[in-house]
Amino acid sequence: MQRIPQTITEKILAAHAGKEYVEPGELISARVDVLLGNDITAPLAIREFERIGVPVFDPAAVVLIPDHFTPNKDIKSAEQAKVMREFARRQGLPNYYEVGRMGIEHCLLPEKGLVGPGDVIIGADSHTCTYGALGAFATGVGSTDLAAAMALGETWFKVPESLKFIFSGKLGPWVGGKDLILHTIGDIGVEGALYCAMEFCGPVIEDLSLDGRLTMCNMAVEAGAKNGIIAPDKKVEDYMRDRARRPYRFHASDPDAGYKKVYEYDVTGLEPCVAFPYSPDNVRPVSKAGDIKIDQVVIGSCTNGRMDDLRLAARVLSGKTVHADVRLIVIPGTQGIYLQALREGLVETFVTAGAVFSTPTCGPCLGGHMGVLAKGERAVATTNRNFVGRMGHPDSEVYLANPAVAAASAVAGRIISPEEVK
Amino acid sequence: MTEGTAFKFGENVDTDLIIPARYLNTSDPEELARHCMEDADPTFGSRVKPGDFIVAGANFGCGSSREHAPVAIKAAGVACVIAKSFARIFYRNAFNIGLPILECTEAEEIPLESRIRVDLQEGVIKVVDTGKVYRARPIPPFMQEIISAGGLIPYVAARVKR
Repeated sequence: MQRIPQTITEKILAAHAGKEYVEPGELISARVDVLLGNDITAPLAIREFERIGVPVFDPAAVVLIPDHFTPNKDIKSAEQAKVMREFARRQGLPNYYEVGRMGIEHCLLPEKGLVGPGDVIIGADSHTCTYGALGAFATGVGSTDLAAAMALGETWFKVPESLKFIFSGKLGPWVGGKDLILHTIGDIGVEGALYCAMEFCGPVIEDLSLDGRLTMCNMAVEAGAKNGIIAPDKKVEDYMRDRARRPYRFHASDPDAGYKKVYEYDVTGLEPCVAFPYSPDNVRPVSKAGDIKIDQVVIGSCTNGRMDDLRLAARVLSGKTVHADVRLIVIPGTQGIYLQALREGLVETFVTAGAVFSTPTCGPCLGGHMGVLAKGERAVATTNRNFVGRMGHPDSEVYLANPAVAAASAVAGRIISPEEVK
Repeated sequence: MTEGTAFKFGENVDTDLIIPARYLNTSDPEELARHCMEDADPTFGSRVKPGDFIVAGANFGCGSSREHAPVAIKAAGVACVIAKSFARIFYRNAFNIGLPILECTEAEEIPLESRIRVDLQEGVIKVVDTGKVYRARPIPPFMQEIISAGGLIPYVAARVKR
């Protein structure tokens, strides 16, 4: 049989659709390995699921995490979280993670080994695309899609065209995964990858830590992509070894696979990037930020709430004090990251500097709680979106940046480069 | 065939604009409808009437996966969203919950708050005053099946019973 060259995305989808190969544009029905819901999206999914009238196809495959408005921020949120908790008990779901044992979903699932290379994962949360960093096909869906897949164990996909992004050169100090993805989104725009797979590769990606890769794939959706993906390597193998719950499989794109477009970036000399309001593609180098005074800094989220991120922020904040006019809120991605940050003394660095150190929650990223902005206030955040009203009042502003820039800005009271911290 | 007013919005209308997260502590459609498009146009909720339309540019519904966005639009009485293109999660969600949407490359040309007549079956949009006609991309057959079933859940329920 003639060999048909395939991208990594196509190979994973074909394997889950019981096919030798798939083509972009083809409509397939694919088996799903993991299905994810949270305290905002799961209640709606549960309501729809119960109309179907069957049990969950595989209780171990359904992961439910209360992370958005938890610890419950108000009575209505408490009711929503309760709907999810009771459903998990009723259906006997082993992968429900309660407050105190949870984490921000996209930090927690990799940490717990619930997702791995070669998986197909759908989540009723747009940042489900994060797991592409492990070499999985992972994409966000709505609550009703989640409900249907909980009954069937499969869902439909249109096979996406792939875009290839090759990163070469040498990354400067204070420049990492967040800057690579902001630079990319700044280049192609928030609809630049609409319906497509974004495949990241090249020597810079090979050198990048797993945490940095998770940050990159996390924000693929900000360019409209269906998924972000990076071919798994030894770093992924080492990460999975002691935590994988199921067998996993490495896939890689064939050298002659077809791409809709190939982008090549030489990142030598790339500065830390800042996305200005009100769009993640409104990106400038930090040296061109101008004099932007800020009221709040948030370091955390599914984008930048991992150990690399906290270590970077602590390096900048060590021995420094948060500016008198700034509230700095640091949020570890999981309870595991919280503990590790304690062991490494990072929490002491943050609190000594004058920061809040929170339990894991999505909280302020979506203007939920734990740092909502008032009218006219400005925040630098390591989060993923800076839309109108994203962190609170419609007349507030969010500037997206990496954890080093966020920490430096917290010290200075305005947006600055970590190089400038005195 | 349905006639209503075209409420216009720009490009990249995100789900935080459609329904801000501060209202996501509920999934009650009526309550969500009261805050639909609030941060984009605070007057929308009081002016929109059943059968009206939302008309927008490219990448409508980008951002979060919240199904509360199409649910809010549907519960506000909007008959159909017409946009140059849709973000993919919103696109799926709309079909899944039974909110009609049409992709029309010339959506931005439809005049602000004009009366339009829309034939969902044919994907034809007609501006009442001028008689100008726009054509939407045909709805893919698979999505048609979901619509005919009354949404994804009835579609799946029928499949499970077979």
